Amino acid sequence: MTELRSLLGDTVTRLFTDLATKELIEAAEKGTWPDKLWRALEEGGLTLPLVPEDAGGAGGTWLDAHVVVRASGRHQAPVPLAETIVAGWLLSRAGLAVPFGPMTLAPVHADERLTLARSAGAVTVSGRATRVPWGRHAEHVVAVGELDGRLTVALIARGAATIEEERNLALEPRDTLVFRDARVVAFGAADVPADAIYLYGAMARAAQMAGALDSCLTQAVRYATERKQFGKPIGNFQAIQQSLAVLAGHVAASGIAAESAFRAAERNDARFEIAVAKVRVGEAAGVGAGIAHQTHGAIGFTYEHSLHFATRRLWSWRAEFGSENAWARQLGRAVAARGADALWSDLTAR
Amino acid sequence: MPATFRFALNDLPPEAEGLRAEVREFLKKEFSGAAPVKRAKSWGGFDREFSRRVGARGWIGMTWPKTYGGHERSFLERYVVMEEMLAAGAPVSAHWVADRQSGPLLLRFGTEEQRQRILPGIVRGELAFAIGMSEPDSGSDLASIRTRATKTEGGYLVNGTKVWTSNAHLSDYAISLFRTQVVPDKKHEGLTQFLVDLRNTKGITIRPIIDLAGKHHFNEVNFTDAFVPDEARVGNDGDGWKQVTTELGFERSGPERYLSSIALIRELVREVSAKPDDRGTEAVGRMVASLATLRQMSTSVAGMLQAGEPVNLEAAAVKDVGTTFEQSIPELAHALLDVEPTLDSGSDLQQVLGYITQTAPSFSLRGGTREILRGIIARGLGLR
Repeated sequence: MTELRSLLGDTVTRLFTDLATKELIEAAEKGTWPDKLWRALEEGGLTLPLVPEDAGGAGGTWLDAHVVVRASGRHQAPVPLAETIVAGWLLSRAGLAVPFGPMTLAPVHADERLTLARSAGAVTVSGRATRVPWGRHAEHVVAVGELDGRLTVALIARGAATIEEERNLALEPRDTLVFRDARVVAFGAADVPADAIYLYGAMARAAQMAGALDSCLTQAVRYATERKQFGKPIGNFQAIQQSLAVLAGHVAASGIAAESAFRAAERNDARFEIAVAKVRVGEAAGVGAGIAHQTHGAIGFTYEHSLHFATRRLWSWRAEFGSENAWARQLGRAVAARGADALWSDLTAR
Repeated sequence: MPATFRFALNDLPPEAEGLRAEVREFLKKEFSGAAPVKRAKSWGGFDREFSRRVGARGWIGMTWPKTYGGHERSFLERYVVMEEMLAAGAPVSAHWVADRQSGPLLLRFGTEEQRQRILPGIVRGELAFAIGMSEPDSGSDLASIRTRATKTEGGYLVNGTKVWTSNAHLSDYAISLFRTQVVPDKKHEGLTQFLVDLRNTKGITIRPIIDLAGKHHFNEVNFTDAFVPDEARVGNDGDGWKQVTTELGFERSGPERYLSSIALIRELVREVSAKPDDRGTEAVGRMVASLATLRQMSTSVAGMLQAGEPVNLEAAAVKDVGTTFEQSIPELAHALLDVEPTLDSGSDLQQVLGYITQTAPSFSLRGGTREILRGIIARGLGLR
């Protein structure tokens, strides 16, 4: 592990442990923007791990970013940290200055478009993007579109959009943003995939889910050792041990699947690993959340207990930036096109 | 909660990837044109001539010291050879057990004389090994074994029965666990491992146990006053439990714990490739997502072996997740296709499905049952 990575890991864990408390998450679910947490993240240099140092970032790699994104899932931090990290990376790729403040990504759906156009000496954006994460709290939106026949990253002031407020299961804002010939703040051509937002958004969610699954396992194991029934901790029963072992297997698979995707992103060739991660971690999310709840019994089903901060996020995140089915189809089509006899050699070439 | 798993990403080094091309070339020459159902049998296949050729290429005992004929290559290079053999469905049984666990056990706990006498033959692909652990009344509760090795002049007299001893009828040796002392209320004590010569020991009777598909690979090995000399004892008298758990760690650490259904996976991809509709590609995508993830986990374990780290917990996790995946593939075939499994007629897909369906129950039994592995993981979680 590099020095930067362990520094980021220590910093982010300490910061979330201190600040991303149950009270803070509950307040965020009622609509309060956790300003103090966000400012601490910015001051700690955690929001822009992929932005070069001379542009005000940490100058790190995707594997450095992975540590932060995964921790944000483990602590269920109610801020668009993953979105800001991906947005900052896209801006840097386009040679654009990265602003302070929370950013988001749009559109998040494969079939939606924000259209860039030249008009009266300026570049404008138009279109409707649904389920935009943290839309109402973001100061800027980063979009990827075509301009003058080239893929272009655009930085847009969120204030330029009209907003319809919606939420996901975890009560995280997922707003509809509508732009009508709004002037973009900055733009630049970039060598990124046309679906970069969808792609890297999926990768971020995979790592966040892996983190949330860590949290499910930690909470379930702790509960199983503390909760007593029939005169002994329920974790002494084989039935509980066996199902927690299954959960641990899913946690292990999720962790390495997500991390593999970030490693592949470092060599700019991650489509296969991202699809693998989104599908595999999404499956783990369903099974894992179920086992964590079963272990906790009724108390884990209450709002008072903190388990649902992880599980409600897992239930929503698995369907964000593309469903498991959509990613499985993309992966399956690629495998089918290569044919059965290329499967193994393709797999080992990754 | 204690830190549970350490699945660190591991990159295979360039020399391992160079080796992969050599292994592929070798396997292509050996098997071009082999029917998919034959390939599905992979480590069920016992072929001494094939094992000799593998040995001649330097692909057995790869990590062992040159003193004993080994090749002093890395665990990651060995991993590449193993996964290529399995993916190609090579008949590896005649050297697999010795290479994977018997040889490493002798290297770790055997005497110098045993290493000199046995290891070079394994490396050449000439010595085949069986595993003498389970008994009629001792499966998952391995420490309850009752086969007695009673001290006598110059050695031990062995009485008792081992079962599920794969390929004992074809093998030269079996590393066997016997009870040398009965320590009341301490079943893990008094156990000792022996290097049993299956061909030249009087008092050993090997009888076939036919599996549900009518095939003979299992055996019952009966010992009646079988004399096993002192030189055959592996490690100290009474150290058997510690050694056998180490051996099981070796047994569980390889890629064979998620690749058993690879031939069926290939045939399913072939079907979907011919008509890549949404339903088929979704199923293939999910399958490949699991397969690729398991390979990362397995490669990670190989990296830990290379670093000399203990792998028991991680190996148990790979095997548990891996066998669950392997067993899901026949189910997937039924969910996706209108296909009847067959024995020796019909399409390649049908025959491979027939073979894998009838073999699949063993995936989560051999090398430690699913329940035992989950118990190991639960202990790692601090629950036991």
